Amino acid sequence: MSNRKEFSNSRRKALKTIGLGAGSAAVGASLPLWARYAEAQSSAPIKVGFQAHKTGIGAAYGRWYERTTNAAAKVINDAGGINGRPLEIVLEDDGTDPKRGAEVVEKFATQHECDVAYGTLFSHVVIGSAPRAGELKLPYFVVSEGHHVASGMLNRYTLQPGITDVKSQVAAMAPFVSDNLGKKVTMIFPDFAFGHDHRDFFSAAIEAQGGEVVAKIAIPPTESSFTKYFPKIPRDTEVIYHVMVGPAVLTFVKELGEFFGPSRPEIFGFIDSLEAVDINSPGLEFLDGTYFWEGNPRYAQDNQSEFDKAYRAAVGVDNNGASVSDPTDVSTYAHMFGCWETLHVIKAGMEASGYSGAGDRAKLIEAVEAMSDLPHSHAHPQGAKLFNGKTHQVFGHQYITRVTDGKLKLAHTTSIEDTLYPDEVDYTTQAF
Amino acid sequence: MSDLRKTLGLHVGLLLVLLALNWLLPAYHHGNLARIMVLASYAIGYNVLFGYTGLLSLGHAMFFAAGMYGMGLTVRHLGWSPAPAVLAGVGAGLVLSLVVGFLALRTTGVAFMIVTLMFAQAVFLTVLYFGEYTRGDEGFVIQQVDRILLGIDLTDPNNRYLAALLVFAICLLATFWLVRHRFGKTIIAIRENEDRTRMLGYDVFRHKLGAVVISGSISALAGATYGLLFGYAGATFASVQYSIFPLLWVLLGGAGTILGPFVGTLFMFYLIDLSSEITTAYMLIAGVTLVLLTLFAPQGLMGEVRARLFRWLP
Repeated sequence: MSNRKEFSNSRRKALKTIGLGAGSAAVGASLPLWARYAEAQSSAPIKVGFQAHKTGIGAAYGRWYERTTNAAAKVINDAGGINGRPLEIVLEDDGTDPKRGAEVVEKFATQHECDVAYGTLFSHVVIGSAPRAGELKLPYFVVSEGHHVASGMLNRYTLQPGITDVKSQVAAMAPFVSDNLGKKVTMIFPDFAFGHDHRDFFSAAIEAQGGEVVAKIAIPPTESSFTKYFPKIPRDTEVIYHVMVGPAVLTFVKELGEFFGPSRPEIFGFIDSLEAVDINSPGLEFLDGTYFWEGNPRYAQDNQSEFDKAYRAAVGVDNNGASVSDPTDVSTYAHMFGCWETLHVIKAGMEASGYSGAGDRAKLIEAVEAMSDLPHSHAHPQGAKLFNGKTHQVFGHQYITRVTDGKLKLAHTTSIEDTLYPDEVDYTTQAF
Repeated sequence: MSDLRKTLGLHVGLLLVLLALNWLLPAYHHGNLARIMVLASYAIGYNVLFGYTGLLSLGHAMFFAAGMYGMGLTVRHLGWSPAPAVLAGVGAGLVLSLVVGFLALRTTGVAFMIVTLMFAQAVFLTVLYFGEYTRGDEGFVIQQVDRILLGIDLTDPNNRYLAALLVFAICLLATFWLVRHRFGKTIIAIRENEDRTRMLGYDVFRHKLGAVVISGSISALAGATYGLLFGYAGATFASVQYSIFPLLWVLLGGAGTILGPFVGTLFMFYLIDLSSEITTAYMLIAGVTLVLLTLFAPQGLMGEVRARLFRWLP
């Protein structure tokens, strides 16, 4: 009996569905072509091509950029999508390689027919891909913290609205370093573009504060042992500023500790070197009491905002900055918020411009260029931001934390004003 | 039909097909093929040394990068227009290959591989060291306004494709001509039996040096063209993996065949493109494919075609 009921029920449902289908098909057929197209457009997903570092040197970052992206997409879709349309992330691995990166951008534009491309971190991939994005007229939202966008090297289609650039980060550190740690700084940096940016921007910024860089020690990128460089550190050094990156950082810290023993100068570093690395890893004990720049504090702080709380939960990160499912899987917390915030800027830009398809890409860029204040909110959990439409670059608060009892505790938050510098380009004067 | 007419027909036919594809291919594959033709030109350069002379270099990225930076730096810092800039790139590759060839050819076999690898590493580190000019690992953009050659905008997809085809055709036909003439036949003789060639009275060192220079210059032309057509120059292209790529392309396609480099590059490009959609372990798929091909088609795709079907293939 129950079987029969189920059967008749499902048969009735099926008939109903067929009837509805036929009805809508008839309505569809009776609509003029443009209206049917509009109907299809309104429900089709917005496709965001995610250029992900799944493999290659950026893979640790890529893993967390992907998790953050998926979490942000879910939040946006749960809240109704963009202009009522669902957001679809189309992921392609670029191997953290500029050649493959450019190919992936082409794939987004001409094969997947994405509305925008997004999510690139490593600067060489951004710089290798951006020319193609510009030629294909594909809005390209990078999450890279490189100065390449604001320097004017790229084009009108490339924007960085979700993460601050290295020039503003470094410049904002100088007042804190000179006021609290010391005025005579020795810089230790990798001898390639990322290290050179730090060397040049910080030297200028600390001089503006009345301090000086007493030594600049460039470490060749192939180096695996650092002891021989440490005797070059002048004796009157008050602060060591380090930005080593890559797997050699653990050796670097260990050897630095062995060199100085218990009496060391103040030490300030960029967390880039220790993203996705547990600060309590063996060999890092020497970092206790030293300071770090963090784009967003990895450990939940005493003054944690409700926005950070919600963002942390959505991405699946615990209060120590590690995965909730695996405490040894440490996140790239200082950078990955950029993915979350950038996707929200894309959403806001599309909604402000009434974006409906590829023909509205220029309108989308104009809408983002028109943005200015981005308040601290669920869309911007790292903090309030100021977007500069001319340079296509966002500015925001920077955090300085100190290693205390095996955690990174907030010591200072910069103002947005500390991070500003004069415009170097006006992309709005470039034609689309 | 004579072998010459058949081979000419095949190679010119391929170029005509590639020309026709400019108007037939969908946008994505159109862009890919432009890129593949430039990379295949690089592989053609590599094949002159590896396939025809029998010298295995592990450092060809230095020649590709010499072309790319010879072009890119003259555009960026000296404001040169594309035509002289590309010539500067080829000139840089020519001079570098002459110097490297002169030194590296004092060694043979494994030592030659290691010496070329070391030279390439030195070039890579030089690019990083002069970061003030080269922007090191980040590289730099060659702006759209600097990529207009004799009034032709190379950022336009059609122009880019046709420029890539032109460079590819020059490289293909030049090597086709080369291997049919005295110099080419001598380097093939060196590959087959160096001692016997020397005994017959040929100056082996000069011929090998000539092969290194031709190979390096073609690779540099490809590097300069790549930078110009795709608007970017960066140290990645001088890194060791870009020395390994042409070796793989040539091995896959068939060393010592004229069409092998193109077939290998095309095959590898789409192998990675398609397999990366399925798994992040796409280099594993590429590696396994290479192992299988080495086991079952040791002469590469075109090498097997020549051995089994068309013995007249050059």
